[in-house]
Amino acid sequence: MPKNNIKVALIGNPNTGKTSLFNQLTGLTQKVGNYPGVTVDKKQGTSKLSATQNAIITDLPGTYSINPTSIDESIVLKTLLKKDIKESPDVILVVADVENLKRNLLLFSQIKDLEIPTVLAINMVDQMSRKGISIDLTALKEELNTEVVLISARKNTGIEAVKDAIIKCHIAAKATPMCDNKKIDPAYFDQLKAINPNYTLYELWLMVTQKNFPEGISKQEKEQLLSFNKDVSKLRRYQHKETIYRYQEINKVLKKTYLVDKSKATDIRAKLDKIFTHKIFGYFIFLLVLLLIFQAIFDWSSLPMDLIDTTFAQLSDFARSNLPVGVLSDLIVEGIIPGIGGVIIFIPQIAILFLFIAVLEETGYMSRVVFLMDKIMRRFGMNGKSVIPLISGTACAIPAIMATRTISSWKERLITILVVPFTTCSARLPVYAILISLIIPETKIFGFYNLQAFTLLMLYALGFVTAILSAYILQRTLKIKSSSFFVVEMPNYKLPSIKNVLFDVLEKTKAFVLGAGKIILALSVVLWFLASNGPESYKNAEKNTLDKAENEHLGSDELLQKVAAAKLESSYIGIMGKSIEPAIRPLGYDWKIGIALITSFAAREVFVGTLATIYSVGSDDENTTTIKEKMRSEINPVTGEKIFNFPAGMSLLVFYAFAMQCMATLAIVKRETKTWKWPLIQLFGMTGLAYVCSLIVFQILK
Amino acid sequence: MSTIASLRIGEMGYISEESLDVIPLKLLEMGCLPGAEVRLVQIAPLKDPLYICVNGSHLAIRKETAAKIKILKVNL
Repeated sequence: MPKNNIKVALIGNPNTGKTSLFNQLTGLTQKVGNYPGVTVDKKQGTSKLSATQNAIITDLPGTYSINPTSIDESIVLKTLLKKDIKESPDVILVVADVENLKRNLLLFSQIKDLEIPTVLAINMVDQMSRKGISIDLTALKEELNTEVVLISARKNTGIEAVKDAIIKCHIAAKATPMCDNKKIDPAYFDQLKAINPNYTLYELWLMVTQKNFPEGISKQEKEQLLSFNKDVSKLRRYQHKETIYRYQEINKVLKKTYLVDKSKATDIRAKLDKIFTHKIFGYFIFLLVLLLIFQAIFDWSSLPMDLIDTTFAQLSDFARSNLPVGVLSDLIVEGIIPGIGGVIIFIPQIAILFLFIAVLEETGYMSRVVFLMDKIMRRFGMNGKSVIPLISGTACAIPAIMATRTISSWKERLITILVVPFTTCSARLPVYAILISLIIPETKIFGFYNLQAFTLLMLYALGFVTAILSAYILQRTLKIKSSSFFVVEMPNYKLPSIKNVLFDVLEKTKAFVLGAGKIILALSVVLWFLASNGPESYKNAEKNTLDKAENEHLGSDELLQKVAAAKLESSYIGIMGKSIEPAIRPLGYDWKIGIALITSFAAREVFVGTLATIYSVGSDDENTTTIKEKMRSEINPVTGEKIFNFPAGMSLLVFYAFAMQCMATLAIVKRETKTWKWPLIQLFGMTGLAYVCSLIVFQILK
Repeated sequence: MSTIASLRIGEMGYISEESLDVIPLKLLEMGCLPGAEVRLVQIAPLKDPLYICVNGSHLAIRKETAAKIKILKVNL
C-alpha cells in the first residue's frame, strides 16, 4: 500500500444512498470501530482510487446539518471541527440525493465553509428523467466552485469519476467558503473572527453555537468565545438567519443549474402512502409485518439453533474425551465451550431480526410505522421511533437499546431504554418452554387452541403490557425536562439493495457477538468456577457420597450423578443458593432453584442448564425429557409436596417475565446512559417487581 | 390566522415570515422556511403527527409544532 493515503470523510443526509456509495467504494475492506469516548460505530474502509493512490474512507453518520440533535450526529461536528488532530479528513465527500438537492446542499454549504476540499456526489441520477429533473453540470461545478460528480451508487455508475474527483480535489487543495456569515451582522462576526484568525469564521461560529472546542483553542480564547454565547436569543436568531441566508445562496445556484419539469414526474409515493398510512389498512399491514417477523424469528431460526446446540454439545464431548483430565480441561469443557455456545445460539434469531429491520428501513416503510405509531406511543411517554426497539426487544434487549439512539428527546429515549427489557426476549424462551411443559396440561381450549401455546402467548402479552404500563408510570414520575421536538423524514419508497442489507446484518450481528458475547462468556467462566470449587466440605463431597451405605448398590452412572449433585451442593454457588433460600421460600422455591436464579443473572437461559447440572443430567437434547422427569419428581423434603407444582411453576414464570436477569443488558444501559443510576434502577425495580408478583401468585395459588 | 395544523389534506399554504422565530432550527434546516410553499400530504390516523411536503422535503412533524407555524392559505 502506498504511503500518504488520502483521508476521506463521507457525509450526507439520511436516505441519500450514502451507505451504498460507501459499500461500492470500499467493498469488503470495511471495519467497524468505535469513536473514542462515545459508542457510535465508526465505519472505515480502504478504496483504491488509482494505481498509485489509496484512500481511507470514513463513513460518518447521516445528518441534515452540522448542528447536531442526536449523539450520532454530534460525531460529524466533532470529526470536522478537530482540524489539529491526525484523524481530520483531507477531503470531504458529500453525497446528495438528486431529488432533494436543495435541502442536501444546506449540509454541503456548511461543510464548504469549513474550508476543507470538498467533492459533491449527486446520487440517484438514474431517477432524473423519471422525475423530470435536468442538471447543468458544468455550471454547477462553477457555481459551487468544486468537483461535482453525477452517480448512481446502486447501479454502480459514476464511482470511478468520484475517485478521480477525490484525487483532483486533493491535489488542488482548493477550499473556498460558500457563504459569509458577516452579511448577517458585520460588526458581530468581525469581532468573532478576531478571536483566532487561524480558524475560519464558520468554525469559530460553530464553537460558539455548539460549545465544542478544538484543542488548538486556548483557555482565554475559549472564554472569549463563550462570551458570545451569553445572549441566547440573539444567537438563536442569528442561527435562524444563517439558515435562511444559506438557502438563499443555494436557490441562486440552483436557479441557474437545476430544472424540474413537474409535468414529467411520475410518483408512486402518493399511492403507496395512501395504503401504508391508511387508518385501517395501515395498522393491519403493520400487524401482518409484525406477525411475519415473529414467525420468522421463531420458525426459521429453530433449525440453525438446534444445529448449533448439538454441535456445541458434540464439541464438548469431543474435547472431554480428547483433552487430558484436569482443571484446564474442565474449564474448557464446562466453562468456555458452553459459554461460547450460549452466545452463538442467538445468532440466527438476531440475524433474522436485523435482516427484517434493515429491509424495512431500506424500503422507507419504517418511517411510515413511526408516523402511524407516534401518537399512541406518546401517550406512554415514548416516541414513534420507540416501536423499533420494542420489536427488537423480542429477540434481544441489547440491539434494542442501541436502536434507541435515533430518538432525540432524552426523556422519551430513556423511558424506552428502561422498559425494553420487559419485552420477552429469546433468552426467556427456553425457561418458559420447560416450565410450561411441567405445569400446564396439553389440553385444548376452545376445542382447538393448545393451552401450552396459549400460555406462552399470554407471557408475551404480559411482557409487552408491563413495558407499556411501566412507561406510563415513568412518564408521570420522571422529572426530566427535554424538548419533545420530533421530525421524521418520509423518504421515497425503494427496493432494498441486497448488498446494503447483507452488509448491515453482518455488521450488526458481529457487533452483538463481540459486545454481548464477551460478557456472557466471562460470566459463564465465573459461574463454572463457583460451581466447581468450594470450601473444605466440597473436597469431601465425593468421598462422603461414595462411602454412604445407601449408595452401595447403585450403578456407576447413577453414582456419578449423585456425586456431581453432592459436589454442586457444597460448592460456592451451592452455598449461595442455600443462603438465599429463606428469602425465596415464600415464592415456592428451594435452594436448587435459588442456584438457578443466581446463575440466571448472567443470562436467563442459563436456568435450564443449571437445573440440568443440579439434577445431574447432561443438557443435550436427548435428555430434555429426563430433566423434565427429574424436575417433576423433585420433592420438597419439608412439605413432602412436589417442588415444581402449579403454584411454584406459575410463580417462577412470573419471576422470569419481570426480573432483570441479564448482565449484558445492564452493561449496555450503563454505556448508553453514561451512569450506573439507570441500570441499578432497572435491576432493583424489575427484580423487586418480580419478587412481589411471584410472592402474590404463589401465595394465592398455594 | 391559519397554521400548518389547520390545513386539510391536499391543501397548500405559504409559511409566513413572522414564523421565523418559532420554527425549530432543525426544521428550518430541513427546508421548512418562511416563504416556502407547504402542502399537507396526510394526517396520521389519530390526527397526529402531520405529514407535510415543504421545499421538496417530505416530513412528519407533531401537531403541536405545526400549530405554531403560521401560514397564508392558498385557495385553489
